[in-house]
Amino acid sequence: MTPDLLPIILPLVWALILALAVFLYVLLGGYDLGLGVLFPLAPTHQDRDAMMGSVSPFWDGNETWLVMGGGGLLAAFPLAYSVMLPALYLPIILMLIGLILRGVAFEFRFKSERYRWIWDLAFTGGSILAALMQGVVIGAFVQGFKVVDNKFVGGTFDWLTPFSVVTALAVVSGYVLLSAGWLIMKGDEALRDWAYDVGRVALIAVTVFIAIFSVWTPLTHPEIAARWFSPGNMVMLSPVPLLTAATVIALWVSLGRRWRYLPFLLAIVIFLMCYTGLAVSLFPYIIPPSVTLWQAAAAPESQLFMLYGAIPILPIILGYTAYSYYVFWDATEHEGYH
Amino acid sequence: MPELDPVLLSRIQFAFTISFHILFPSFTIGLAAWLLVLEALWLKTGQPVYLQLSEQWTKIFAVSFGMGVVSGVVLSYEFGTNWSELSRLGGNVIGPLLSYEVLTAFFLEAGFLGIMLFGHERVPKAVHAFATAMVALGTLISAFWILSANSWMQTPDGQVMGADGVLHVDNWWKVIFNPSFPYRFTHMVAAAYLTTAFIVGGIGAWYIVRDQSVPHGRVMLGMALSLLVWLAPLQVVIGDLSGLNAREYQPAKIAALEAHWDTERGAPLILFAWPDTKTESNKYQIAVPKLGSLVLTHEWDGEIRGLKSFPPEDRPNPIIPFFAFRIMVGVGLIMIALSTIGAVLWLMGRLYTTRWFLKAMMWASPLGFVAVLAGWFTAEVGRQPWVVYGLLRTVDAISPVPGGKVLTSIILFVLVYGIVFGAGVYYIARLVRRGPDETPPLPEEEESDRSRRPMAAAG
Repeated sequence: MTPDLLPIILPLVWALILALAVFLYVLLGGYDLGLGVLFPLAPTHQDRDAMMGSVSPFWDGNETWLVMGGGGLLAAFPLAYSVMLPALYLPIILMLIGLILRGVAFEFRFKSERYRWIWDLAFTGGSILAALMQGVVIGAFVQGFKVVDNKFVGGTFDWLTPFSVVTALAVVSGYVLLSAGWLIMKGDEALRDWAYDVGRVALIAVTVFIAIFSVWTPLTHPEIAARWFSPGNMVMLSPVPLLTAATVIALWVSLGRRWRYLPFLLAIVIFLMCYTGLAVSLFPYIIPPSVTLWQAAAAPESQLFMLYGAIPILPIILGYTAYSYYVFWDATEHEGYH
Repeated sequence: MPELDPVLLSRIQFAFTISFHILFPSFTIGLAAWLLVLEALWLKTGQPVYLQLSEQWTKIFAVSFGMGVVSGVVLSYEFGTNWSELSRLGGNVIGPLLSYEVLTAFFLEAGFLGIMLFGHERVPKAVHAFATAMVALGTLISAFWILSANSWMQTPDGQVMGADGVLHVDNWWKVIFNPSFPYRFTHMVAAAYLTTAFIVGGIGAWYIVRDQSVPHGRVMLGMALSLLVWLAPLQVVIGDLSGLNAREYQPAKIAALEAHWDTERGAPLILFAWPDTKTESNKYQIAVPKLGSLVLTHEWDGEIRGLKSFPPEDRPNPIIPFFAFRIMVGVGLIMIALSTIGAVLWLMGRLYTTRWFLKAMMWASPLGFVAVLAGWFTAEVGRQPWVVYGLLRTVDAISPVPGGKVLTSIILFVLVYGIVFGAGVYYIARLVRRGPDETPPLPEEEESDRSRRPMAAAG
């Protein structure tokens, strides 16, 4: 490869790696946060213990993908990191506060008797706060940032719009859907019964939100409308909405027929489709609507240096993460702290 | 509303959140290594005392590690929320170092933590020991990268200023193994082991004094002392090398932490003073002649540059570095004294019966945390006004955020960390007070009791 190709290819490779990290976080952190949202609604307190037990061995690993997303953005696209984080100051701080409260709840909840309700509250409140703020971040990201001279120049509350409020609610309902799928795989029979019902409600909500965004986003963003509805693209991109619709129907059927593993997998497919839709809408901008992947990219020598490590290490990480999931596959059934 | 200075507020916020965070790695780096040793001893000797200690301290590890994780995630985002210009201008250099920390350390820790904490009945013993080893290794790798990034900011090397106005890396080896890195990395790892050893030894001493779990207390105190007796003195040597290095690369920091205003040969060692930045001199000074030059340069008439030889805008304010450094050194001397006395008592066969010493060790338990915080305050305030030494000033590294926003987040962090820290310390203290479970039931018996409650045994 000639050296002048590197500055073109490396940002694409890193965008793919970061997209993978963020997607893994959305799935793993998603079911994890969703459990926190559902926590107070669970039928019995044994169910709550089982829900918490099913994710205790994993929450730290799940959250590491979020750190990878943040750290990777700083490393691969420092300009994007340095523009968007100040712009999203309050939602990011609130998300971190939420993650702290729910994270320590895993350690503290089983250690307290009288004040367990405080940590239940911290787990649920923290999870809802973190999920809402992640949704706000996505909404604000789609709407774009005011950038002059490589710095964010917008206002303190630019991120707070009707659009970002709706994306926040959409993300919460999506996480609840994932978490229902998780419980259908992991729970005992009574818990599964409840999770199937939750899954149906969440699926209806998710479908409504997908419909809202499919109309709202192109209406308010002409460039996104052009991307999807220009004659050539319309045919080429049609699999995205068609597959989404098919998956929604398949998920509804699988919930009705009480399938055990398919609901979680189909929920993942729905997330993947939305994620693809988002990527199609915004590519090649990493700070919408003005800064591209290439403009925000770190120097090629920095991206290359990281790639040397990431290529061998990422598969190893996926390997031992999979091993840990295998070891604790039935963690809700019986668990001993040793 | 008066004008809120976002630079000062962001510095306060970063100091608060990172000081809170560093307490946990300082403890868990050593604790993970100790748990590995305990597990190895148990596998080798089969003596239940090692298993029982390992079970008790694994629970303490879980709480501390969890608090370290959640407070660490905050830091990885603060570089953007509060120090975005540092991220933009230095991202090419520090970004990859921090990413390597995530890739090689955080995932390793997180991937094997579940097995280490909950996996005893699910995986073979050897796999469990391997998981513990990976978590312990992860804590060290994490320290490696974070000290590399921090040391590069203290003594930058291997970078060039690009035509695009941001820093570029010219030589990764020089960036990672920058001039102060070897000393500061070993200094921090040794500090972490000392911190854990004082906690473990002090609590062991407490068990002996309370006549509770005495065999466990003896193992704890004995293992702690066999580390302390050589590591506490060695830490002084490492610290001295680190000081010589700082004198070469960050002379203004040395001038500040010693409160030397004038450049002189045969400088005194100032034991106490109040450095006055207005008059550029010390008040109430108590000093030993010539000793300062001997300590800092290893020569009686070695030259020490004074603060006045730096332009005022390039000087750190000496007050915090001066006092923080003295606290750190004082704690270090107490550590050496206690370790030496302990070793002598041990040789005389009176270690476990000398009550005044056991009580002294008890009260000395938290000393490592004091030294770690004091040391970091010396290092971080002493390198001001630079965030990347000589290249980027702290005032120029700030995000475009108004002070009011930063004040809001400080208040939130103080409130939440206060609650979380209070609860964490309370639960750890309870695990300590309860002591090791000396009659672990057989796995069959605990099944019903602990079913579906992964952390119930800690409750």
